[in-house]
Parts: sequence; structure tokens; C-alpha cells
Amino acid sequence: MPHDHPSHSHEGMSPSGHPYRADNDTALTYWQRMEIAVRELLVEKGAVTPEEVARQIDTMDARSPANGAAVVARAWVDPDFKARLLQDASAASREMGFDIGPLRLIAVENTESVHNLIVCTLCSCYPRNLLGLPPDWYKTRAYRSRAVIEPRAVLREFGVELPDHVQVRVHDSTADMRYVVLPARPAGTEGLDEAELAALVTRDSMIGTGLPRTP
Amino acid sequence: MTERVRVKTMMPPGHVRTPAYLRGKVGVIERELGGFSNPEQLAYGLPAEERPLYRVRFTMEEVWGAAAETPTDTVDAEIFGHWLERL
Amino acid sequence: MGGQAAGPVPTDQHDFALWEKRVDALMVLCGEKGLFTVDGLRRALEDMGEDAFECMSYYERWIAAVNQNLIEAGIYSLEELGARMEEVGRRGATYGEAQNREAQDD
Repeated sequence: MPHDHPSHSHEGMSPSGHPYRADNDTALTYWQRMEIAVRELLVEKGAVTPEEVARQIDTMDARSPANGAAVVARAWVDPDFKARLLQDASAASREMGFDIGPLRLIAVENTESVHNLIVCTLCSCYPRNLLGLPPDWYKTRAYRSRAVIEPRAVLREFGVELPDHVQVRVHDSTADMRYVVLPARPAGTEGLDEAELAALVTRDSMIGTGLPRTP
Repeated sequence: MTERVRVKTMMPPGHVRTPAYLRGKVGVIERELGGFSNPEQLAYGLPAEERPLYRVRFTMEEVWGAAAETPTDTVDAEIFGHWLERL
Repeated sequence: MGGQAAGPVPTDQHDFALWEKRVDALMVLCGEKGLFTVDGLRRALEDMGEDAFECMSYYERWIAAVNQNLIEAGIYSLEELGARMEEVGRRGATYGEAQNREAQDD
């Protein structure tokens, strides 16, 4: 979906190095007018308050892949926690203090013989209450179409080349469950503590399109 | 316990959570997930009945036939019980 | 769309704009308050058809689907929506100027 990057004070890029979406200082669009109107009507009808909207935005902003990385790192260092995570990933995430709301989460484990990949072919279901909002590519027609028919080709585009003896398991989030990949702990990380391990865990490694960094 | 199921081939118009690419395909139940409100009623603002939901595992060979990238790779999906026929 | 032919996965990434975050927040809040369900959102998204996927951005589709469900639920009328969107358009030329009613009273 093309969008313009008009020159403005940010020189077109955000602190995270991404182009800004056309926002407050560009021409008002039809759909932005609809958002404003819908929000105001909901407030006037007593359905939501402006404070609730602001708080919900803050809540989502506070969720990030770092939350998932902390869960993964704990599983790498604590076998009992890992067992609980694989049994019930929602409960294990809450146990670590993450407010994931009603999210029904399943953790799937990568091993020497299995690589898991998460997709939602029907819409854009994603473990957002743990990892934050999904990356744009996750929501594209290309990813959603191809992940279930040629996952290895998709993985190669992301720089992940799997040997033939590794089975790929694709998980299509078609209904009420959400999925997070528990990546395999990289070799050579024996001396690292939990925080150092968490720093190796990338967002994509928890979707399955990437592998953890190596130290 | 590997229970084999076939996804129904019906194609009603409207909102369902059963992907078209799995219609008519045979898989095994990976786990039972419990009862969830029927999305086919929720989608239209109707009172929804609880229906059992299953995770079903399909081989790529079953889903894509000769076009499969690697026949032994798998795809799992959550399918409601009323879309499954026991084999 | 599982299994359909498609080209390489685009990897461009953008930061979410305020109006997009607000659409996301409205969807979550409407769901929590029982005004409609995520299934209702998905149904409305699907009913927009293939063209919408090409012509509209993600959160443009979402606000259209949120609105569709709220209209169907009787939360407000099309007349109220239409009148408010016109009024919003008169507040200013940018989202920043039009985004809330207080702004025009400054």
C-alpha cells in the first residue's frame, strides 16, 4: 500500500528508522474523518470515554517483542517454567507479570528437527497482547497466501535456510488461539544470564520467520 | 490417540473460520481446545452457542498434493467441530 | 487467501500514526464493552471484497468495519455519522486540526 512521505520536520524517518505514516500534518482523509466522527459519537453515546481510548493506546504501546523475549529467555534457563509454558502459555506469561488480557496463547517449540511458523491466512491474528502489534509484512496478502503453501521459500526470503531433515510446522491462527514460537536456544550461550539471553530473542524468531541472534 | 477427520467441503456464503484451502482435506486432531462461541453467529451479532474447537494437523502433501513444497511438512489450523467429519 | 499465488513478502515497515492507534483502541474497547465482536469485524472486512485490500490501508479497512458494526448495532445512525463527518471536515485541512472538537474553539 503506497503512501507518500511528504517532507516534514522528521525528515521522513522516525527514531526507529521507519517512515512515518501520513499523520497529523498531512491532508485529512475520508477515513480519518470517519475515525474522528466514530470516536466522538461513541463518546457522546456514553459507550467509551476519551480516557479509555488514551489508556488503551498506552496499553498497546507498552506491549512489545521484549515481553515475549523475556518469556523465551526464562524458558531457556528454567526447565520447569518451560514445561508450564508449553502446557499453558497464557498462564506462564501472566506468571511473569505480563498483562495479556483474555489472550489464549499456545507456545510451539523449535527443536533440532522441528521449525514452527505462525500465520493467519484469514485475517491478521497475532499474539498482540504479548508482542504488541504485528509487523506490516505479517498482514500482507503475500505472507498470508504463501506461508501455508511454500513456507520454506518464505523463510529463505527472511534469510532462514532450513536443512531438509528439519520439519516445518505452519500454524494457521484460524480461530480463538494465538501462537508464539519458542525458538531453540542458540549454541554458545551457556555463560549468558537471563537478560543477556532475552536480548538475543528477536520478534521474528517468535513468529518463526527468524532465528535468535547469536552472541 | 490419532483421530482422523475430514473438513467439510461446503462453501456457504458469509463469515466462517474454516479456510477454503482446507475444505475436504483429511488431518488428525492434534489437541482439543474446548468450547468456544460459534463465530458464524458472533459475526452477525447473534447469540452464539458454544461449539468444540480442535487443532487439526494436515500434511502439505494432503493439502497441496503434487504441488507441495515438502510433502512431510505440516500445517495446523483450528477447526470447529461442526466442520469436521470423523473418519 | 491461504495458498493463493503471490509475490515476495514486502518488508517495508511504518510507525503507526495516532489515528491508526485510535482505530485499534476503538476496536478493542468496543469488543470489551460488548458492542460487537472481533468476528463481526472480520465479517465486515471480508464483505468489503478484494478491491478494498488493494485500495485501502489496513486501518482504513478497520475503521470502515468498526463503523459498519456500530451502525448495525444501532449505536448511532448513518445520519449522525454523515453529519459528523461533514462537520469534522470543516474543522481544518489536517488530522491535527480536525481530530477533536475542542481544537476548533481555541
